[in-house]
Amino acid sequence: MGEPLLEVRDLRVSFRTDDGLVQAVNGVSFEVSEGETLGIVGESGSGKSVTMMSVMRLITDPNARFDGSVIYKGRDLMKLSKKAIREVRGAEIAMIFQDPMTSLNPVYRVGWQIAEQIRAHEPVSAHAARARAVELLSAVGIPNPEHRVEDYPHQFSGGMRQRVMIALALSCSPSLLIADEPTTALDVTIQAQILRLIKKLREETGSAIVLITHDMGVVADIADRVAVMYAGRLVEQGTKREIFYDPQHPYTWGLLGSIAHLARPRPRRLTAIPGAPPSLLALPGGCAFADRCSSRFDRCAAEFPELISRDGAADGHLDACHLTPALKRERRTAALNGDRT
Amino acid sequence: MKEDILVQALNVRKYFPAGQRMMRGGGQAKVHAVDDVSIEVRARETLGLVGESGCGKSTLGRCIVRLHDLTGGTVSFEGRDISRLSRRQLRPLRREMQMVFQDPYASLNPRKRVGTIISDPLRIHRQGGRTQIRDRVAELVELVGLSTEHLNRYPHEFSGGQRQRIGVARALALHPKLIIADEPVSALDVSIRAQVINLLDDLQDELGLTYIFIAHDLGVVRHVSDRIAVMYLGKIVEISPADDLYAAPVHPYTEALLSAVPVPDPDLSERREQIVLEGDVPSPVEPPPGCRFAPRCRYATEICRSEEPPLIPRRGPEHPAACHHPLNGR
Repeated sequence: MGEPLLEVRDLRVSFRTDDGLVQAVNGVSFEVSEGETLGIVGESGSGKSVTMMSVMRLITDPNARFDGSVIYKGRDLMKLSKKAIREVRGAEIAMIFQDPMTSLNPVYRVGWQIAEQIRAHEPVSAHAARARAVELLSAVGIPNPEHRVEDYPHQFSGGMRQRVMIALALSCSPSLLIADEPTTALDVTIQAQILRLIKKLREETGSAIVLITHDMGVVADIADRVAVMYAGRLVEQGTKREIFYDPQHPYTWGLLGSIAHLARPRPRRLTAIPGAPPSLLALPGGCAFADRCSSRFDRCAAEFPELISRDGAADGHLDACHLTPALKRERRTAALNGDRT
Repeated sequence: MKEDILVQALNVRKYFPAGQRMMRGGGQAKVHAVDDVSIEVRARETLGLVGESGCGKSTLGRCIVRLHDLTGGTVSFEGRDISRLSRRQLRPLRREMQMVFQDPYASLNPRKRVGTIISDPLRIHRQGGRTQIRDRVAELVELVGLSTEHLNRYPHEFSGGQRQRIGVARALALHPKLIIADEPVSALDVSIRAQVINLLDDLQDELGLTYIFIAHDLGVVRHVSDRIAVMYLGKIVEISPADDLYAAPVHPYTEALLSAVPVPDPDLSERREQIVLEGDVPSPVEPPPGCRFAPRCRYATEICRSEEPPLIPRRGPEHPAACHHPLNGR
């Protein structure tokens, strides 16, 4: 892959609250190359959405504090003026959200909303923008696009509404698409339709995608590389195959082990990760996962594990766990396979 | 060998009046949420109910415990017809059947302490004096993996997984025989989900419970269930032993539903041939004639659009399906 399209360096986001400082994102660094799909996985509160919202500069909370840099095509988005970032948003980087009902404006016709977005970034006539809206609706598989442009969001089903959101996001041919749980609110058969659509459009437009999800199945289906987040930090990063077939971090083992697989013989019990994620108000000094980790040893509480490549090879498979590669291989077998009958 | 049947639902129908805009020809339109469904639940088994939103799985569950009145059909519990009982007559039966709900944030009263939430059913049903109730509550919190120091706290002080444990403790308070768990883990994160599923599993072994487990996550349902019933648009289209359902689905809808689930295994995900259904589920106000799945079914023929297929054994007596062109069966 070529030059990175997006490079996030040591991003930190904290929120001042009545109870103290919430460290939502705590030194996150990653890259996205042109045309590649990066899946960011993690549980609620792990900071995956806050990370990408910060990249888009969409967090306007006056109590939020940002550090680090977000380099997109050579420019640091964190330093851009409000006007300049608005030009990047939509035209260069677009976003799809989980709930299409709250992200579309209920009082405007969908065709108008798409046309307005196009005209905000490109000097085209209202007529031409409308024609593009019809084309886009047809490209995302909405039947009868000439008529449907006149409809309001509530007249669409959940799956169709998500298609409208995708049409809206693609309207200015962005180089990077950020999709935050795009299929979580949908039924599985509709999810399959939307994932297939995203893959087809990715082939046609060549845009890079950052997909935020908690569903390892969706990641396996669509991502090239995967980043695993826990308590505001990346704990592991690698290609999809590395993460699924050679996972290094005990939290990744836990995530993979707790899946109830349909296609495999069922274990007697699922491997559960004991306890709950730590409070972001008072993160431990060492590894944030140590409390829940069955492989922890003295060093875990004492020393913060950096996200680096640990198996010697200078490749892109990084993890933040003090265990030696040999020990990891030994321990993870049990964690991944659970208790089989 | 016929196992004991705990619940028997026969031709259960539940229609809801549709909004006024749906009025046609003067008559009130009806949402056919559950339409002529028959199923039995055997003692100590876990019956999984799956299907997409709006298929009627939750409504069926609520009809079985009589949280809804039936439009038609009967429900028997331990051989006794409970479908026409009054609220008052139902009250003693409420001890036997309890529910665990999806949203652990909405199903616990935020103004009550956890101790009160768990002991309320005991007081309402007059299960012993103060000390007895206190002892029982202590026993219950321990059973679900919480401790007695939690009893004086309020629901907001707990995480989603812990709240779901509180909901389970409340459901168990009266020694029920049947628990209807309606999407009990879908609001929880994956790592916490496994904790709650394992807890429900252990409790079943320990207390000899019968579960009706309603969920849209097929992986989870397959993991917990002995038998699985698949619903589509108000009908049961297939009932199967849990492992057989994935290995050999008989109804084309089941096949498509299973195929739509993303596989958390990159190699397998690449190799498989995925069936992607076209279109959306039709309106339950005017369900299509014949087989309700016919408009989206790739195997549908003339008979499917005119004649409703009965739910009959297709892969042995334990695996009935409602399809004119069964796969993996006859």
